[in-house]
Amino acid sequence: MGRQLKFEIFRYNPEVKGDVPHMQTYTLDETPNMTLFIALNRLREEQDPSLVFDFCCRAGICGACAMVINGRPGLACQTKTKDQPGKIILHPLPVFKLIGDLSVDTGVWFREMYSKTESWVHTSKVFDPKAKEERMDNEVAEQVYELERCIECGCCVSACGTARLRDDFMGAAALNRIARFVVDPRDERDDEQYFEIIGNDQGIFGCMGLLACEDVCPKGLPLQNQLGFLRRKMGITAMKQIFRKK
Amino acid sequence: MQTYYTDLLVIGAGLAGERVACEAAQNGFKATCLSIVPARRSHSSAAQGGMQAALGNCAKGEGDNTDVHFLDTVKGSDWGCDQEVARLFADAAPIEMRRLAHWGVPWNRVVPGKSFFFKGGEKFEKFEKKENEGLITARSFGGTAKWRTCYTSDGTGHAVMCTMDNRCAELGIDVFDKKEAISLIHDGETCMGAVVRCLRTGKLEVHLAKATAICTGGFGRIYKATTNAVICDGGGHIIAHETGIVPIGNPESIQFHPTGIVPTDILVTEGCRGDGGTLLDCNEERFMNIYEPDKAELASRDVVSRWMTHHMREGKGVKSPYGEHLWLDIRHLGDKHISTKLREVDEICHHFLGVDPRTELIPVRPTQHYTMAGIRTNKDGAVYGLKGLYSAGEAACWDMHGFNRLGGNSLAETVVAGGIIGNKIVEFLSGYETKIDTKIVASEVKRQEERIHDITHGRNGKLNVYDVRNEMQEALMRGCFVFRNKEGLEECVSTLQGTMEKSRKVALVSNGAGPNHELAAALKLEGQVRLAMCIAQAALMRTESRGSHNREDFPERNDAEWLNRTLAYWREGADMPELQYEDTTPVFELPPGDRGYGGGTIIPADEKYVKDRVIDSPVTEIGKKK
Repeated sequence: MGRQLKFEIFRYNPEVKGDVPHMQTYTLDETPNMTLFIALNRLREEQDPSLVFDFCCRAGICGACAMVINGRPGLACQTKTKDQPGKIILHPLPVFKLIGDLSVDTGVWFREMYSKTESWVHTSKVFDPKAKEERMDNEVAEQVYELERCIECGCCVSACGTARLRDDFMGAAALNRIARFVVDPRDERDDEQYFEIIGNDQGIFGCMGLLACEDVCPKGLPLQNQLGFLRRKMGITAMKQIFRKK
Repeated sequence: MQTYYTDLLVIGAGLAGERVACEAAQNGFKATCLSIVPARRSHSSAAQGGMQAALGNCAKGEGDNTDVHFLDTVKGSDWGCDQEVARLFADAAPIEMRRLAHWGVPWNRVVPGKSFFFKGGEKFEKFEKKENEGLITARSFGGTAKWRTCYTSDGTGHAVMCTMDNRCAELGIDVFDKKEAISLIHDGETCMGAVVRCLRTGKLEVHLAKATAICTGGFGRIYKATTNAVICDGGGHIIAHETGIVPIGNPESIQFHPTGIVPTDILVTEGCRGDGGTLLDCNEERFMNIYEPDKAELASRDVVSRWMTHHMREGKGVKSPYGEHLWLDIRHLGDKHISTKLREVDEICHHFLGVDPRTELIPVRPTQHYTMAGIRTNKDGAVYGLKGLYSAGEAACWDMHGFNRLGGNSLAETVVAGGIIGNKIVEFLSGYETKIDTKIVASEVKRQEERIHDITHGRNGKLNVYDVRNEMQEALMRGCFVFRNKEGLEECVSTLQGTMEKSRKVALVSNGAGPNHELAAALKLEGQVRLAMCIAQAALMRTESRGSHNREDFPERNDAEWLNRTLAYWREGADMPELQYEDTTPVFELPPGDRGYGGGTIIPADEKYVKDRVIDSPVTEIGKKK
């Protein structure tokens, strides 16, 4: 016989007049192989259909279900209840705008990030449907893919000290995105152009180096390496600019 | 009421939807995408394998061309596809893969020199030519004559989705997330847009457009056990079908995969069995070797799914709180193999089951995987019945997959069809003006407001949304799954008739305010039951076995009577679908024949019928240039 799990879940529906943020308690019998995906859906379907939370792929690929699980940001779909204590406390991710209960607005945040970082390959070349594809080194292609594995769950941003202090900090996800284009030979932007985007306190110089972003990344992305890589590159670019001005 | 206006309204922002939108935006039209989730969370991003395109760059793809790709696709479909469409697709795929490379997809590339690969557990050697270094490479997939599947490591869908969404950002396309279309606005002839529910606030909006494209993916979630994301619930199909004039093409054509894990139905790759994994029953004994002495676990997806289901029916399934299942055993493959060749499986087992596949068994069962069924369009992607309405990707029955789709052809279809159909939409929009009848808009909005009010206030009854949904899902699992026969299907239809009644009498337990999920589920419930009923009724009528449609009581593929496509209409006020049939394909570039795998007998079609429709092909049946 499994445990009886106690859930304490953050509740607040901004669309209901007079609603006040509060914690609500639920109990549920644990079954084998239970994940928070199964548990939360059972709570909603059997006990409280007003519960708001997000799931999409439920397989750890899409990033929809990030939330704060017993104090730590993570993906609910791949969190097994057996790895948690009998009391599971769930909060929505901080930093992002709250939609309701455990659901936050990562969509708008990330779309703004795409326009800030100009998240696309900048090239002057025009596609020719009749020509063979341009060649690329396989190792470089794999390097680009490694940086593109980000699922935009928002865990890194919500665990970031700087992002909690200032609204305009781009966060590890955005800096990782820039790194993705820096290593991509198809992107014709030079270091000075990248410096324009991230060479400031909102970008690369705002990071306090607390390392939480990498600690909580469910995909295990080397976020701190990218920060270091960009900071070094941007530092050199800044120096060059200073000397050129003199 | 917030009203938006655009040239092209795309419902669904996965790969097909965004590709369609890009084509319109590149040609100077305003395109807007609506998505239930942020675009990059679309189910497209979950596809890991790759995209088929006959580039022929890698050693094992040498000699490949679009003709061979065409032949594989038609055979794969069990001659159930539209051959004109399969031809359009195969010819455009290489160009589209190169375009994606230009936009930023980090395709894996050819590395020259000697390397090894495994086939049937055996090690082989291959040699990549120096002259092809850096061109897009490909991997092997089931049912293809050549290595043709372009990929980016184990995350092709994710990588292509990122690139496509970046392209949308670059083109300034509005991609609104957390928006769900709940009905189409139309006058019976022309589509004018959609009524949309905002999933942030719960408020209704109106989106008006000259052209509308439904690209909402499959509807696997009407089954209890599916590999699909929770958003693949048929929303797009429902709003089109509900008009009463748009048919669902081949609803009985649903693909099942043998190894979804229990309880969450996440897929573990066919590679497990390919590399020597075995299936075990409740006594931890093998059984596939009894049913299929030759191929055993390596028989085709449909065949393995069928025998697994049969074995569980015989009482050999493993009981669990989530229903019965079987075991997949890869323990004997050893630590080294599992942590290198099957890394992804290892991770899934670890994250979702807490199982170590080196020492423990993996619980699996056949699971709904793909809907070849969809909103019926012509080869331009224009939906039957309504002007200005288009559909692309898994949502559509365009119909290049017929009764069985090949791995790597679904992800490729999203962008290839998106490009082709996007282009046709651009032709449609060029010089086209339309009139929006505000009376129709207002009355449609009012109809939706009343529907929501009635459900929220329990005006029609007091039944529980999730209970009724469960009843539908279970009816399909029992009667319309891997195995089908007359009795099971008749029972399924009659059960679903009851479910239909119930679906009209649901009420919310919650107050339905804001981004309420119970209301979203309630709003699409009746439409889902209608889709379920279409599957069951069409499967009951189709008295043959073709591709994924397996009738135990009619095991032959019957080209004499069933070389056709089902069109399921749901007329206003009806309680049953109205089934019509049309020719599968206007022309045969490849006349019906044996697929070369899967066995089974064929009742041949009328010779004259086939002869009249055969057109000259640039290629012979074995894929050689004439």
